[in-house]
Amino acid sequence: MTAILEVERVRKTFGGVVANDDITLAVPAGKIVGLIGPNGSGKTTLFHSIVGYHLIDAGSVRFDGREISGLRVPRIARRGLLRTFQQTRIYGKMTCLENMLISAPQRERSWLSILRRPPAADEAKAEDLLEFVGLYAKRRLRAGDLSFGQQKLLEFGMALMNEPRMLLLDEPTAGINPTLIKALMHRLRRVNEELAITLFVIEHNMSVIMNLAEYIYCLAHGELLAEGRPEEIRADQRVIDAYLGAH
Amino acid sequence: MRPRTASRWLLGGLLTLALAAPWLVPAYRTQISFLWVMIIFALTWDTLGGQMGYNSFGNVVFFGVGMYACAVVQRDAGLEYFPALFLGMAVAAALAVALAAVLGSGLLGLRGQYFAIATLGLGFAAGEFASGWDFIGAGSGMVTPLYPGEVGGRESFFYYLLLALTVTTFLVLRRLYSGRFGLAINAIRDDEDKAEAMGLHTTRYKTTAWCVSATFLGLTGAAVGNLIGFIDPRDVAFAGPTFGVWMVLMAILGGKGTLWGPVLGAAVFHVTQELFWTYLLGWQRVALGLLILAIVLFFPVGILGWARERWPERFGHTVDERPEPAEGGS
Ligand SMILES: Nc1ncnc2c1ncn2[C@@H]1O[C@H](COP(=O)(O)OP(=O)(O)OP(=O)(O)O)[C@@H](O)[C@H]1O
Ligand SMILES: [Mg+2]
Repeated sequence: MTAILEVERVRKTFGGVVANDDITLAVPAGKIVGLIGPNGSGKTTLFHSIVGYHLIDAGSVRFDGREISGLRVPRIARRGLLRTFQQTRIYGKMTCLENMLISAPQRERSWLSILRRPPAADEAKAEDLLEFVGLYAKRRLRAGDLSFGQQKLLEFGMALMNEPRMLLLDEPTAGINPTLIKALMHRLRRVNEELAITLFVIEHNMSVIMNLAEYIYCLAHGELLAEGRPEEIRADQRVIDAYLGAH
Repeated sequence: MRPRTASRWLLGGLLTLALAAPWLVPAYRTQISFLWVMIIFALTWDTLGGQMGYNSFGNVVFFGVGMYACAVVQRDAGLEYFPALFLGMAVAAALAVALAAVLGSGLLGLRGQYFAIATLGLGFAAGEFASGWDFIGAGSGMVTPLYPGEVGGRESFFYYLLLALTVTTFLVLRRLYSGRFGLAINAIRDDEDKAEAMGLHTTRYKTTAWCVSATFLGLTGAAVGNLIGFIDPRDVAFAGPTFGVWMVLMAILGGKGTLWGPVLGAAVFHVTQELFWTYLLGWQRVALGLLILAIVLFFPVGILGWARERWPERFGHTVDERPEPAEGGS
């Protein structure tokens, strides 16, 4: 089992706040791995450390065996490591379809290709994916006019349009209504199985993450508190004290 | 395809009128020539300001650089009038693009209002610099060569040259906006962090956008220097308080971030301003100030922006009523 993402002894501080402290973890290729922990425990910060949103103070991040800490966000994204945002981000004044089209992968594009029209294949793929996330009928609406939950789904569709090898999802079910959560979980699994996209998911909804992930890491106060299979995590006294007990 | 056909008819009609204007109203040739200039100003400003969300107050620099570059070539190249003019225009465009690339690599890393503030000084600095440089006439400016043809030929020639430039600018921008380029700069406007997180070459797009603007501004500057016949560093070439500000106002008035908005805005602004000059002599600056106030207060999203908010479905923002294809897979 080879790890597609390896985080080793990563440390990140903001002034006096130690947001990530000596964190080591690995995500195997093709799997779904979870990341849980109380509010402010450093989960989003860890995502930021991985995708190059900020420079880390110490440690190393390897994607596909190559060091990526120190690379800038767009470079890392073009290598196939993509993230979605906890505060959903879409292009508000553009239509859903346009949001999808501009999310097509940028990897091999030359300077001159920026003058080109999006190929018809992109358009067909964008429509397919919009249908997949349930937004096909809204494709000509401005993305900013969608509800929060719909924007979350659109952002997920945009990420898929980019054909990543690995997706970091920051609370994908937050703000999505309970009936839709099941469908979303189903989609996440399909994406993982059929498109072979490795998923690393931050999630506060315990039933979602326990069902979805094969392996879970738990953070508390910026440190790695525990790791293990879902049933191990559920039974871990430290996790119950720091996190689950509070629920 | 109906909006496209309509747009084609509109374009064709306007073009016919524009081509016939020098015969229909010969006395207004120069005024209408300046309308073309205003349209180019608004269109090229909107590429960054409207489509990409980077408000530039320094675009007038490319106009001035083009104007001087062309005049210097015309003065020093030792060629006949027309070869010198066209060589001068090519040099003007090249210099303006080079400048945009250099300035862009320094300034386009700044976000939002910081970029706007950083560009604010550009026009002013360029004007000061040009007034101190003897090679281009310093404070007393430059005179462009005499037009060789018959009397009145100059007005007609530059009328058509500027018209051709306007149409080219419009068509090139329309082509660019309809492709990946347009989508990318719109994405940068809506959320640049997201665009980076999705792997877009944001720097490349931003610099290219500014270079495209600069090309047309440089060419326009070259033509305008010859139309006026005299280049003043502060009042004509690097006229920040007039041209520099008007660019912004016209684009906002017509509707930022739309293709026709800047055209419409430039037309309304130019005509209004000409009327002020004719009928409100002595008060024209006050009236212009009030007009600017009215634009900002009553048309914050511009004429076309207002129309789009009012009738979103006319602009294609509709929910699809057709039965959805069977929900895939779930
Ligand atoms: N840019 C920043 N500047 C200063 N402090 C920061 C910054 N980003 C995060 N922090 C701090 O780092 C700590 C971890 O924050 P982080 O956003 O990673 O938590 P989280 O685990 O994602 O929480 P939540 O579940 O609420 O999303 C917090 O104490 C936060 O205040
Ligand atoms: Mg978070």
